[in-house]
Amino acid sequence: MSALRTEGLEAGVGKVTACRDLNLVVKPGEVWSVLGRNGVGKSTLLLTLAGLKPLRGGQIQVEGTALGDLSRRERARRLSILFQNPDVIFPTTVFEAVMTGRHPWISGWKGTSANDTLLVREQLTRMGLAGFEARALPTLSGGERRRVDLAALAVQQTTVVLMDEPVNHLDLHYQVQLLQTLLEDWRQAGQAVIMVMHDINLAMRFSDRLLLLYGDGETCQGLVADVATEENLSRLYQHALHRYPAGGHSFFWPL
Amino acid sequence: MSNTSSYRSARRTRWVIGMLGALVPVSMLLAVSAGSVPVDWAQVLETARTGVPSLDYTVVVELRLPRAASALVVGACLALAGVLMQVLLRNPLADPYVLGTSGGAAAMALMAILIGLPYQSVSIAASIGAMGSMMLVFVLARGQGDWSSTRLLLTGIVLASGWGALISFLLSISQSTQVFSMLFWLMGDFRGDGPGAARWLLLAGSLTFSLIMSRGLNLLAAGELKAESLGVHTLSLRLGIFLTAGLLTAAAVTLAGAIGFVGLVVPHMMRMIVGTDHRRLVLASVLLGGALLVLTEMLARTVLAPRQLPVGVITAFVGVPLFLYLLRRGSRSTDS
Repeated sequence: MSALRTEGLEAGVGKVTACRDLNLVVKPGEVWSVLGRNGVGKSTLLLTLAGLKPLRGGQIQVEGTALGDLSRRERARRLSILFQNPDVIFPTTVFEAVMTGRHPWISGWKGTSANDTLLVREQLTRMGLAGFEARALPTLSGGERRRVDLAALAVQQTTVVLMDEPVNHLDLHYQVQLLQTLLEDWRQAGQAVIMVMHDINLAMRFSDRLLLLYGDGETCQGLVADVATEENLSRLYQHALHRYPAGGHSFFWPL
Repeated sequence: MSNTSSYRSARRTRWVIGMLGALVPVSMLLAVSAGSVPVDWAQVLETARTGVPSLDYTVVVELRLPRAASALVVGACLALAGVLMQVLLRNPLADPYVLGTSGGAAAMALMAILIGLPYQSVSIAASIGAMGSMMLVFVLARGQGDWSSTRLLLTGIVLASGWGALISFLLSISQSTQVFSMLFWLMGDFRGDGPGAARWLLLAGSLTFSLIMSRGLNLLAAGELKAESLGVHTLSLRLGIFLTAGLLTAAAVTLAGAIGFVGLVVPHMMRMIVGTDHRRLVLASVLLGGALLVLTEMLARTVLAPRQLPVGVITAFVGVPLFLYLLRRGSRSTDS
Protein backbone atom coordinates (compact mmCIF):
# COMPACT_ATOMS: atom_id res chain seq x y z
CA MET A 1 0.00 0.00 0.00
CA SER A 2 1.16 3.53 -0.66
CA ALA A 3 2.06 5.77 2.26
CA LEU A 4 0.73 8.82 0.45
CA ARG A 5 -1.19 9.00 -2.77
CA THR A 6 -2.70 11.88 -4.69
CA GLU A 7 -5.18 11.67 -7.53
CA GLY A 8 -5.72 14.60 -9.83
CA LEU A 9 -4.44 16.96 -7.16
CA GLU A 10 -4.59 20.66 -7.78
CA ALA A 11 -2.90 22.84 -5.19
CA GLY A 12 -2.16 26.53 -5.11
CA VAL A 13 -2.61 29.81 -3.37
CA GLY A 14 -3.87 33.06 -4.85
CA LYS A 15 -2.73 33.26 -8.45
CA VAL A 16 -0.07 30.61 -7.97
CA THR A 17 -0.88 27.08 -9.09
CA ALA A 18 1.70 24.68 -7.69
CA CYS A 19 0.41 21.59 -9.47
CA ARG A 20 -2.47 20.53 -11.64
CA ASP A 21 -3.75 16.98 -12.04
CA LEU A 22 -0.89 15.59 -9.97
CA ASN A 23 -0.89 11.83 -9.43
CA LEU A 24 1.69 10.80 -6.86
CA VAL A 25 2.28 7.41 -5.34
CA VAL A 26 4.75 7.62 -2.50
CA LYS A 27 5.68 4.21 -1.10
CA PRO A 28 6.83 3.50 2.46
CA GLY A 29 10.57 3.97 2.80
CA GLU A 30 10.82 6.26 -0.22
CA VAL A 31 12.42 9.69 -0.17
CA TRP A 32 11.13 12.36 -2.53
CA SER A 33 12.48 15.81 -3.15
CA VAL A 34 10.41 18.67 -4.50
CA LEU A 35 12.37 21.15 -6.61
CA GLY A 36 11.34 24.41 -8.24
CA ARG A 37 12.03 28.12 -8.48
CA ASN A 38 11.08 30.58 -5.75
CA GLY A 39 7.38 31.22 -5.60
CA VAL A 40 6.16 28.28 -7.69
CA GLY A 41 4.25 26.93 -4.70
CA LYS A 42 6.53 24.28 -3.21
CA SER A 43 5.58 25.19 0.35
CA THR A 44 1.92 25.51 -0.64
CA LEU A 45 2.00 21.98 -2.07
CA LEU A 46 3.57 20.69 1.14
CA LEU A 47 0.96 22.43 3.32
CA THR A 48 -1.79 21.02 1.10
CA LEU A 49 -0.39 17.51 1.43
CA ALA A 50 -0.32 18.06 5.21
CA GLY A 51 -4.02 18.93 5.19
CA LEU A 52 -3.31 22.45 6.40
CA LYS A 53 -4.47 24.19 3.23
CA PRO A 54 -7.65 23.33 1.36
CA LEU A 55 -6.99 21.52 -1.89
CA ARG A 56 -8.39 22.97 -5.08
CA GLY A 57 -9.18 19.67 -6.68
CA GLY A 58 -8.52 15.93 -6.63
CA GLN A 59 -7.77 14.00 -3.48
CA ILE A 60 -5.07 12.94 -1.08
CA GLN A 61 -4.87 9.59 0.67
CA VAL A 62 -2.69 8.65 3.59
CA GLU A 63 -2.28 4.90 3.95
CA GLY A 64 -5.38 4.39 1.86
CA THR A 65 -7.63 6.77 3.82
CA ALA A 66 -8.70 10.11 2.40
CA LEU A 67 -6.94 12.88 4.33
CA GLY A 68 -10.24 14.66 4.96
CA ASP A 69 -11.73 11.55 6.61
CA LEU A 70 -9.06 11.43 9.30
CA SER A 71 -9.60 13.20 12.60
CA ARG A 72 -6.96 15.81 13.41
CA ARG A 73 -5.36 13.50 15.91
CA GLU A 74 -5.28 10.49 13.58
CA ARG A 75 -3.85 12.70 10.89
CA ALA A 76 -1.12 13.93 13.25
CA ARG A 77 -0.23 10.33 14.06
CA ARG A 78 0.27 9.48 10.40
CA LEU A 79 1.61 12.66 8.93
CA SER A 80 4.08 15.21 10.27
CA ILE A 81 5.46 18.41 8.81
CA LEU A 82 8.55 20.52 9.36
CA PHE A 83 7.88 24.17 8.61
CA GLN A 84 10.28 26.40 6.79
CA ASN A 85 11.01 29.07 9.33
CA PRO A 86 9.11 28.70 12.57
CA ASP A 87 9.28 31.85 14.66
CA VAL A 88 10.09 31.61 18.33
CA ILE A 89 8.28 33.98 20.66
CA PHE A 90 8.24 32.46 24.12
CA PRO A 91 11.36 31.12 25.85
CA THR A 92 10.32 27.46 25.65
CA THR A 93 13.00 24.97 26.62
CA VAL A 94 14.57 22.58 24.10
CA PHE A 95 13.11 19.60 25.94
CA GLU A 96 9.58 21.03 25.88
CA ALA A 97 9.89 21.99 22.22
CA VAL A 98 10.91 18.47 21.19
CA MET A 99 8.22 16.97 23.41
CA THR A 100 5.54 18.80 21.37
CA GLY A 101 6.15 16.16 18.70
CA ARG A 102 4.70 13.54 21.05
CA HIS A 103 1.43 15.46 21.43
CA PRO A 104 -0.66 13.31 19.06
CA TRP A 105 0.38 10.20 20.98
CA ILE A 106 -0.32 11.48 24.48
CA SER A 107 -3.89 10.81 25.56
CA GLY A 108 -5.86 13.70 27.01
CA TRP A 109 -5.59 13.04 30.71
CA LYS A 110 -2.30 11.22 31.02
CA GLY A 111 0.87 13.21 31.06
CA THR A 112 4.00 12.32 29.18
CA SER A 113 5.28 8.81 29.84
CA ALA A 114 8.79 7.53 30.49
CA ASN A 115 8.77 6.26 26.92
CA ASP A 116 8.07 9.77 25.59
CA THR A 117 10.96 11.14 27.63
CA LEU A 118 13.23 8.38 26.37
CA LEU A 119 12.34 9.08 22.75
CA VAL A 120 12.94 12.80 23.20
CA ARG A 121 16.34 12.26 24.79
CA GLU A 122 17.33 9.76 22.14
CA GLN A 123 16.59 12.23 19.34
CA LEU A 124 18.27 15.10 21.17
CA THR A 125 21.44 13.03 21.41
CA ARG A 126 21.14 12.07 17.77
CA MET A 127 20.88 15.74 16.78
CA GLY A 128 23.93 16.67 18.81
CA LEU A 129 21.78 18.46 21.38
CA ALA A 130 22.43 16.35 24.46
CA GLY A 131 22.81 18.68 27.43
CA PHE A 132 20.68 21.35 25.73
CA GLU A 133 17.44 20.16 27.40
CA ALA A 134 16.96 23.16 29.69
CA ARG A 135 18.17 25.81 27.22
CA ALA A 136 15.56 28.32 26.04
CA LEU A 137 14.91 28.40 22.29
CA PRO A 138 15.66 32.12 21.83
CA THR A 139 19.20 31.52 23.07
CA LEU A 140 19.94 28.99 20.32
CA SER A 141 21.53 29.65 16.95
CA GLY A 142 19.51 29.15 13.77
CA GLY A 143 21.16 25.81 13.12
CA GLU A 144 20.56 24.58 16.66
CA ARG A 145 16.89 25.55 16.41
CA ARG A 146 16.62 23.65 13.14
CA ARG A 147 17.97 20.58 14.87
CA VAL A 148 15.39 21.02 17.63
CA ASP A 149 12.66 21.14 14.96
CA LEU A 150 14.05 18.01 13.33
CA ALA A 151 14.14 16.19 16.67
CA ALA A 152 10.49 17.14 17.31
CA LEU A 153 9.62 15.79 13.87
CA ALA A 154 11.46 12.54 14.55
CA VAL A 155 9.65 11.83 17.84
CA GLN A 156 6.28 12.25 16.13
CA GLN A 157 6.93 8.92 14.36
CA THR A 158 4.55 9.28 11.44
CA THR A 159 4.24 7.21 8.26
CA VAL A 160 4.56 10.31 6.13
CA VAL A 161 7.13 12.99 6.90
CA LEU A 162 6.94 16.32 5.07
CA MET A 163 9.83 18.75 5.34
CA ASP A 164 10.17 22.28 4.02
CA GLU A 165 13.88 22.94 3.48
CA PRO A 166 15.05 20.68 6.29
CA VAL A 167 18.69 21.73 6.12
CA ASN A 168 18.00 25.45 6.18
CA HIS A 169 20.51 27.21 8.48
CA LEU A 170 22.56 24.06 8.97
CA ASP A 171 26.32 23.81 8.48
CA LEU A 172 27.55 21.59 5.67
CA HIS A 173 28.55 18.96 8.18
CA TYR A 174 25.08 18.79 9.72
CA GLN A 175 23.36 19.01 6.32
CA VAL A 176 24.97 15.79 5.21
CA GLN A 177 25.17 14.02 8.53
CA LEU A 178 21.61 14.71 9.71
CA LEU A 179 20.01 13.95 6.36
CA GLN A 180 21.97 10.73 6.26
CA THR A 181 21.04 9.50 9.73
CA LEU A 182 17.44 10.74 9.72
CA LEU A 183 16.60 9.49 6.26
CA GLU A 184 18.26 6.15 6.98
CA ASP A 185 16.17 5.78 10.16
CA TRP A 186 13.00 6.67 8.36
CA ARG A 187 13.75 4.44 5.38
CA GLN A 188 14.28 1.48 7.69
CA ALA A 189 11.13 2.24 9.65
CA GLY A 190 9.19 2.34 6.38
CA GLN A 191 8.40 6.05 6.73
CA ALA A 192 7.95 8.02 3.52
CA VAL A 193 9.62 11.41 3.19
CA ILE A 194 8.73 14.31 0.92
CA MET A 195 11.02 17.30 1.26
CA VAL A 196 11.29 20.66 -0.42
CA MET A 197 14.94 21.22 -1.31
CA HIS A 198 16.93 24.15 -2.60
CA ASP A 199 20.16 22.34 -3.29
CA ILE A 200 19.78 20.10 -6.37
CA ASN A 201 22.88 18.08 -5.61
CA LEU A 202 21.90 17.41 -2.01
CA ALA A 203 18.42 16.43 -3.20
CA MET A 204 19.83 14.04 -5.80
CA ARG A 205 22.19 12.49 -3.32
CA PHE A 206 19.52 11.68 -0.74
CA SER A 207 16.34 11.09 -2.75
CA ASP A 208 14.89 8.16 -4.66
CA ARG A 209 12.56 10.30 -6.67
CA LEU A 210 12.13 13.90 -7.67
CA LEU A 211 9.08 16.05 -8.24
CA LEU A 212 9.76 19.13 -10.33
CA LEU A 213 7.36 22.08 -10.18
CA TYR A 214 7.79 24.13 -13.34
CA GLY A 215 5.24 26.77 -12.37
CA ASP A 216 1.73 27.24 -13.70
CA GLY A 217 0.84 23.80 -12.42
CA GLU A 218 3.09 21.81 -14.71
CA THR A 219 5.02 19.02 -13.03
CA CYS A 220 7.45 16.23 -13.81
CA GLN A 221 8.23 13.28 -11.59
CA GLY A 222 10.22 10.08 -11.55
CA LEU A 223 13.41 8.37 -10.46
CA VAL A 224 16.30 10.73 -9.88
CA ALA A 225 18.31 9.27 -12.76
CA ASP A 226 15.42 9.74 -15.19
CA VAL A 227 14.28 13.20 -14.14
CA ALA A 228 17.54 14.95 -13.31
CA THR A 229 18.63 15.84 -16.83
CA GLU A 230 20.31 19.02 -18.02
CA GLU A 231 17.26 19.79 -20.11
CA ASN A 232 14.72 19.38 -17.29
CA LEU A 233 16.69 21.23 -14.64
CA SER A 234 17.71 24.07 -16.95
CA ARG A 235 14.06 24.55 -17.73
CA LEU A 236 13.12 24.24 -14.07
CA TYR A 237 15.42 27.02 -12.89
CA GLN A 238 15.34 28.98 -16.18
CA HIS A 239 19.08 28.94 -16.10
CA ALA A 240 21.48 26.72 -18.01
CA LEU A 241 22.89 23.92 -15.88
CA HIS A 242 25.64 21.51 -16.80
CA ARG A 243 25.95 17.96 -15.56
CA TYR A 244 29.33 16.78 -14.38
CA PRO A 245 29.98 13.11 -13.72
CA ALA A 246 31.69 12.42 -10.41
CA GLY A 247 32.46 8.81 -9.63
CA GLY A 248 29.22 6.86 -9.69
CA HIS A 249 27.24 10.09 -9.15
CA SER A 250 26.95 13.28 -11.06
CA PHE A 251 26.33 16.82 -10.04
CA PHE A 252 24.88 19.92 -11.61
CA TRP A 253 26.55 23.28 -11.83
CA PRO A 254 25.07 26.49 -13.19
CA LEU A 255 26.78 27.82 -16.31
CA MET B 1 19.54 7.49 32.83
CA SER B 2 19.98 11.21 33.22
CA ASN B 3 16.59 12.47 34.22
CA THR B 4 17.95 14.97 36.67
CA SER B 5 17.35 18.27 34.87
CA SER B 6 13.63 17.76 34.27
CA TYR B 7 13.27 16.20 37.72
CA ARG B 8 14.91 19.15 39.38
CA SER B 9 12.80 21.70 37.55
CA ALA B 10 9.60 19.77 38.32
CA ARG B 11 10.48 19.78 42.00
CA ARG B 12 11.32 23.46 41.92
CA THR B 13 8.06 24.22 40.16
CA ARG B 14 6.07 22.32 42.75
CA TRP B 15 7.87 24.26 45.45
CA VAL B 16 7.18 27.61 43.75
CA ILE B 17 3.49 26.81 43.25
CA GLY B 18 3.27 25.66 46.87
CA MET B 19 4.79 28.93 48.04
CA LEU B 20 2.40 30.93 45.86
CA GLY B 21 -0.50 28.90 47.23
CA ALA B 22 0.59 29.86 50.74
CA LEU B 23 1.10 33.49 49.73
CA VAL B 24 -2.61 33.86 48.94
CA PRO B 25 -3.94 33.33 52.50
CA VAL B 26 -0.95 35.20 53.96
CA SER B 27 -1.65 38.23 51.77
CA MET B 28 -5.35 38.07 52.68
CA LEU B 29 -4.50 37.97 56.37
CA LEU B 30 -2.16 40.93 56.00
CA ALA B 31 -4.75 42.88 54.04
CA VAL B 32 -7.50 42.43 56.62
CA SER B 33 -5.12 43.28 59.46
CA ALA B 34 -3.68 46.46 57.97
CA GLY B 35 -5.48 49.78 58.06
CA SER B 36 -6.29 52.84 60.04
CA VAL B 37 -7.95 50.82 62.80
CA PRO B 38 -5.71 48.23 64.52
CA VAL B 39 -7.45 44.89 64.82
CA ASP B 40 -7.96 43.05 68.07
CA TRP B 41 -8.17 39.45 66.82
CA ALA B 42 -9.56 38.16 70.10
CA GLN B 43 -12.57 40.43 69.57
CA VAL B 44 -13.01 39.20 66.01
CA LEU B 45 -12.95 35.55 67.07
CA GLU B 46 -15.24 36.32 69.98
CA THR B 47 -17.85 37.83 67.69
CA ALA B 48 -17.50 34.98 65.22
CA ARG B 49 -18.20 32.49 68.02
CA THR B 50 -20.88 34.29 70.01
CA GLY B 51 -22.46 36.62 67.48
CA VAL B 52 -22.14 39.61 69.82
CA PRO B 53 -21.33 42.52 67.49
CA SER B 54 -17.96 44.26 67.80
CA LEU B 55 -16.20 46.99 65.85
CA ASP B 56 -13.18 44.81 65.12
CA TYR B 57 -15.34 42.12 63.57
CA THR B 58 -17.19 44.63 61.43
CA VAL B 59 -13.97 46.20 60.19
CA VAL B 60 -12.35 42.86 59.32
CA VAL B 61 -15.25 40.83 57.99
CA GLU B 62 -17.56 43.45 56.56
CA LEU B 63 -15.15 46.15 55.38
CA ARG B 64 -11.74 44.70 54.68
CA LEU B 65 -12.48 41.09 53.73
CA PRO B 66 -14.75 41.93 50.78
CA ARG B 67 -12.14 44.33 49.45
CA ALA B 68 -9.37 41.77 49.80
CA ALA B 69 -11.53 39.09 48.18
CA SER B 70 -12.35 41.46 45.32
CA ALA B 71 -8.68 42.22 44.84
CA LEU B 72 -7.90 38.50 44.84
CA VAL B 73 -10.47 37.73 42.18
CA VAL B 74 -9.58 40.73 40.02
CA GLY B 75 -5.86 39.96 40.19
CA ALA B 76 -6.42 36.31 39.32
CA CYS B 77 -8.81 37.19 36.46
CA LEU B 78 -6.44 39.75 34.96
CA ALA B 79 -3.39 37.51 35.23
CA LEU B 80 -5.23 34.63 33.57
CA ALA B 81 -6.64 36.94 30.89
CA GLY B 82 -3.08 38.12 30.24
CA VAL B 83 -1.74 34.56 29.87
CA LEU B 84 -4.57 33.66 27.50
CA MET B 85 -4.28 36.81 25.38
CA GLN B 86 -0.54 36.31 25.07
CA VAL B 87 -1.13 32.84 23.63
CA LEU B 88 -3.98 34.00 21.43
CA LEU B 89 -1.99 36.86 19.93
CA ARG B 90 1.36 35.09 20.26
CA ASN B 91 2.87 38.11 21.89
CA PRO B 92 4.24 38.44 25.44
CA LEU B 93 3.23 42.12 25.46
CA ALA B 94 -0.47 41.37 25.09
CA ASP B 95 -2.47 42.49 28.12
CA PRO B 96 -6.13 43.49 28.53
CA TYR B 97 -5.15 47.03 29.48
CA VAL B 98 -2.47 47.63 26.84
CA LEU B 99 -4.63 46.37 23.99
CA GLY B 100 -7.67 48.39 24.96
CA THR B 101 -9.76 45.40 26.08
CA SER B 102 -10.26 46.85 29.54
CA GLY B 103 -10.98 50.24 27.99
CA GLY B 104 -13.70 48.76 25.81
CA ALA B 105 -15.25 47.03 28.80
CA ALA B 106 -15.07 50.20 30.91
CA ALA B 107 -16.53 52.44 28.19
CA MET B 108 -19.45 50.09 27.56
CA ALA B 109 -20.09 49.61 31.28
CA LEU B 110 -20.06 53.38 31.77
CA MET B 111 -22.43 53.84 28.89
CA ALA B 112 -24.81 51.29 30.38
CA ILE B 113 -24.69 53.09 33.73
CA LEU B 114 -25.33 56.50 32.16
CA ILE B 115 -28.21 55.25 30.06
CA GLY B 116 -29.63 53.91 33.30
CA LEU B 117 -29.69 50.23 32.44
CA PRO B 118 -30.22 47.83 35.37
CA TYR B 119 -27.21 46.57 37.33
CA GLN B 120 -26.99 43.14 35.68
CA SER B 121 -26.80 44.54 32.18
CA VAL B 122 -23.71 46.55 33.13
CA SER B 123 -21.73 43.28 33.22
CA ILE B 124 -23.17 42.23 29.90
CA ALA B 125 -22.30 45.59 28.38
CA ALA B 126 -18.75 45.29 29.74
CA SER B 127 -18.40 41.80 28.24
CA ILE B 128 -19.58 43.06 24.89
CA GLY B 129 -17.14 45.98 25.15
CA ALA B 130 -14.21 43.67 26.02
CA MET B 131 -14.93 41.17 23.25
CA GLY B 132 -15.75 43.84 20.69
CA SER B 133 -12.48 45.55 21.45
CA MET B 134 -10.53 42.29 21.17
CA MET B 135 -12.32 41.54 17.92
CA LEU B 136 -11.22 44.90 16.53
CA VAL B 137 -7.60 44.18 17.48
CA PHE B 138 -7.95 40.82 15.74
CA VAL B 139 -9.37 42.14 12.53
CA LEU B 140 -7.21 45.24 12.28
CA ALA B 141 -3.87 43.88 13.48
CA ARG B 142 -3.82 40.67 11.50
CA GLY B 143 -1.27 41.25 8.79
CA GLN B 144 -0.12 38.68 6.29
CA GLY B 145 0.27 35.37 8.07
CA ASP B 146 1.15 35.69 11.71
CA TRP B 147 0.73 38.59 14.11
CA SER B 148 3.06 41.44 13.62
CA SER B 149 4.04 42.81 17.00
CA THR B 150 4.23 46.43 15.93
CA ARG B 151 0.87 46.38 14.23
CA LEU B 152 -0.74 44.61 17.15
CA LEU B 153 0.52 47.11 19.70
CA LEU B 154 -0.27 50.12 17.53
CA THR B 155 -3.79 48.89 16.98
CA GLY B 156 -4.21 48.24 20.69
CA ILE B 157 -2.83 51.62 21.70
CA VAL B 158 -5.02 53.48 19.22
CA LEU B 159 -8.07 51.55 20.43
CA ALA B 160 -7.18 52.19 24.07
CA SER B 161 -6.91 55.93 23.47
CA GLY B 162 -10.16 55.84 21.51
CA TRP B 163 -11.90 54.18 24.45
CA GLY B 164 -10.23 56.72 26.74
CA ALA B 165 -11.71 59.55 24.69
CA LEU B 166 -15.13 57.96 24.76
CA ILE B 167 -14.87 57.57 28.53
CA SER B 168 -13.87 61.26 28.93
CA PHE B 169 -16.79 62.22 26.75
CA LEU B 170 -19.22 60.15 28.79
CA LEU B 171 -17.84 61.60 32.02
CA SER B 172 -18.12 65.17 30.77
CA ILE B 173 -21.76 64.81 29.78
CA SER B 174 -22.74 63.08 33.02
CA GLN B 175 -23.86 64.81 36.22
CA SER B 176 -20.91 66.30 38.08
CA THR B 177 -21.60 64.40 41.29
CA GLN B 178 -21.13 61.07 39.54
CA VAL B 179 -17.87 62.02 37.88
CA PHE B 180 -15.51 61.70 40.82
CA SER B 181 -16.67 58.24 41.88
CA MET B 182 -16.63 57.06 38.28
CA LEU B 183 -13.12 58.36 37.75
CA PHE B 184 -12.01 56.60 40.90
CA TRP B 185 -13.67 53.41 39.78
CA LEU B 186 -11.96 53.60 36.41
CA MET B 187 -8.54 53.81 38.00
CA GLY B 188 -9.15 50.81 40.20
CA ASP B 189 -11.40 50.92 43.18
CA PHE B 190 -12.40 48.11 45.49
CA ARG B 191 -15.20 49.61 47.53
CA GLY B 192 -18.24 47.38 47.44
CA ASP B 193 -19.63 44.07 48.58
CA GLY B 194 -16.92 41.74 47.36
CA PRO B 195 -16.59 39.77 44.15
CA GLY B 196 -19.89 37.88 44.23
CA ALA B 197 -20.54 34.24 43.38
CA ALA B 198 -20.73 34.74 39.60
CA ARG B 199 -17.16 36.03 39.43
CA TRP B 200 -15.82 33.23 41.61
CA LEU B 201 -17.56 30.75 39.31
CA LEU B 202 -16.21 32.42 36.20
CA LEU B 203 -12.70 32.37 37.63
CA ALA B 204 -12.97 28.70 38.63
CA GLY B 205 -14.41 27.75 35.24
CA SER B 206 -11.78 29.69 33.31
CA LEU B 207 -8.99 28.20 35.38
CA THR B 208 -10.31 24.69 34.78
CA PHE B 209 -10.62 25.34 31.05
CA SER B 210 -7.07 26.70 30.88
CA LEU B 211 -5.62 23.79 32.83
CA ILE B 212 -7.40 21.20 30.69
CA MET B 213 -6.29 22.98 27.53
CA SER B 214 -2.79 23.70 28.80
CA ARG B 215 -1.01 21.38 26.36
CA GLY B 216 -3.02 22.91 23.54
CA LEU B 217 -2.00 26.35 24.79
CA ASN B 218 1.65 25.27 24.63
CA LEU B 219 1.26 24.21 21.02
CA LEU B 220 -0.69 27.30 20.04
CA ALA B 221 2.06 29.43 21.58
CA ALA B 222 4.53 27.60 19.33
CA GLY B 223 2.51 28.53 16.24
CA GLU B 224 -0.97 28.14 14.87
CA LEU B 225 -0.02 25.95 11.89
CA LYS B 226 2.26 23.87 14.05
CA ALA B 227 -0.53 23.30 16.56
CA GLU B 228 -2.92 22.38 13.77
CA SER B 229 -0.38 19.94 12.31
CA LEU B 230 -0.05 18.28 15.71
CA GLY B 231 -3.77 17.63 15.91
CA VAL B 232 -5.08 20.68 17.80
CA HIS B 233 -8.43 22.08 16.66
CA THR B 234 -6.98 25.59 16.64
CA LEU B 235 -10.11 27.41 15.54
CA SER B 236 -12.22 26.19 18.45
CA LEU B 237 -9.37 26.50 20.94
CA ARG B 238 -8.74 30.09 19.88
CA LEU B 239 -12.43 30.86 20.09
CA GLY B 240 -12.52 29.39 23.60
CA ILE B 241 -9.51 31.48 24.64
CA PHE B 242 -11.07 34.58 23.11
CA LEU B 243 -14.36 34.17 24.98
CA THR B 244 -12.66 33.28 28.25
CA ALA B 245 -10.23 36.20 28.12
CA GLY B 246 -13.05 38.59 27.23
CA LEU B 247 -15.26 37.43 30.10
CA LEU B 248 -12.38 37.53 32.59
CA THR B 249 -11.53 41.09 31.57
CA ALA B 250 -15.16 42.17 31.82
CA ALA B 251 -15.48 40.56 35.26
CA ALA B 252 -12.40 42.41 36.50
CA VAL B 253 -13.37 45.76 35.00
CA THR B 254 -16.94 45.78 36.28
CA LEU B 255 -15.70 44.97 39.76
CA ALA B 256 -12.77 47.33 40.07
CA GLY B 257 -12.36 49.45 36.96
CA ALA B 258 -9.47 49.26 34.56
CA ILE B 259 -6.42 48.11 36.49
CA GLY B 260 -3.47 47.93 34.16
CA PHE B 261 -0.48 45.73 33.63
CA VAL B 262 -1.34 42.85 36.01
CA GLY B 263 -1.88 40.66 32.94
CA LEU B 264 1.51 41.73 31.65
CA VAL B 265 3.69 41.72 34.75
CA VAL B 266 2.49 38.51 36.38
CA PRO B 267 2.82 36.07 33.44
CA HIS B 268 6.18 37.62 32.61
CA MET B 269 7.51 37.03 36.13
CA MET B 270 6.12 33.52 36.22
CA ARG B 271 7.63 32.61 32.86
CA MET B 272 11.03 33.49 34.29
CA ILE B 273 10.46 31.33 37.36
CA VAL B 274 8.37 28.30 36.31
CA GLY B 275 8.96 28.43 32.56
CA THR B 276 6.65 28.65 29.57
CA ASP B 277 4.80 25.36 30.03
CA HIS B 278 1.16 26.36 30.53
CA ARG B 279 0.51 23.35 32.74
CA ARG B 280 2.41 25.34 35.39
CA LEU B 281 2.25 28.89 34.07
CA VAL B 282 -1.55 29.12 34.27
CA LEU B 283 -1.86 28.11 37.92
CA ALA B 284 1.23 30.03 39.03
CA SER B 285 0.00 33.22 37.33
CA VAL B 286 -3.47 32.98 38.83
CA LEU B 287 -2.05 32.56 42.34
CA LEU B 288 0.52 35.34 42.00
CA GLY B 289 -1.94 37.69 40.27
CA GLY B 290 -4.44 37.26 43.11
CA ALA B 291 -1.92 37.64 45.93
CA LEU B 292 -0.19 40.56 44.26
CA LEU B 293 -3.36 42.57 43.84
CA VAL B 294 -4.44 41.87 47.42
CA LEU B 295 -1.13 43.33 48.60
CA THR B 296 -1.35 46.22 46.14
CA GLU B 297 -4.83 47.06 47.37
CA MET B 298 -3.51 47.01 50.93
CA LEU B 299 -0.69 49.38 49.97
CA ALA B 300 -3.13 51.68 48.20
CA ARG B 301 -5.09 52.02 51.44
CA THR B 302 -2.18 52.39 53.84
CA VAL B 303 0.79 54.13 52.18
CA LEU B 304 -0.70 57.63 52.27
CA ALA B 305 -3.42 56.90 54.85
CA PRO B 306 -5.97 58.29 55.40
CA ARG B 307 -5.72 59.05 51.69
CA GLN B 308 -6.55 56.11 49.38
CA LEU B 309 -4.69 55.70 46.14
CA PRO B 310 -6.37 54.11 43.13
CA VAL B 311 -4.93 50.60 42.76
CA GLY B 312 -4.46 51.13 39.02
CA VAL B 313 -1.98 53.90 39.76
CA ILE B 314 0.28 51.56 41.71
CA THR B 315 0.11 48.75 39.13
CA ALA B 316 0.92 51.28 36.39
CA PHE B 317 3.97 52.50 38.31
CA VAL B 318 5.33 48.96 38.18
CA GLY B 319 3.91 47.94 34.83
CA VAL B 320 4.92 50.84 32.62
CA PRO B 321 8.70 50.51 33.12
CA LEU B 322 8.50 46.75 32.71
CA PHE B 323 6.47 47.06 29.52
CA LEU B 324 8.97 49.52 28.05
CA TYR B 325 11.84 47.25 29.02
CA LEU B 326 10.16 44.24 27.38
CA LEU B 327 9.33 46.26 24.28
CA ARG B 328 12.92 47.33 23.93
CA ARG B 329 14.28 43.84 24.47
CA GLY B 330 11.70 42.35 22.13
CA SER B 331 12.47 44.78 19.33
CA ARG B 332 16.17 44.12 19.68
CA SER B 333 15.75 40.37 19.31
CA THR B 334 13.52 40.69 16.24
CA ASP B 335 15.73 43.33 14.61
CA SER B 336 18.85 41.21 14.76
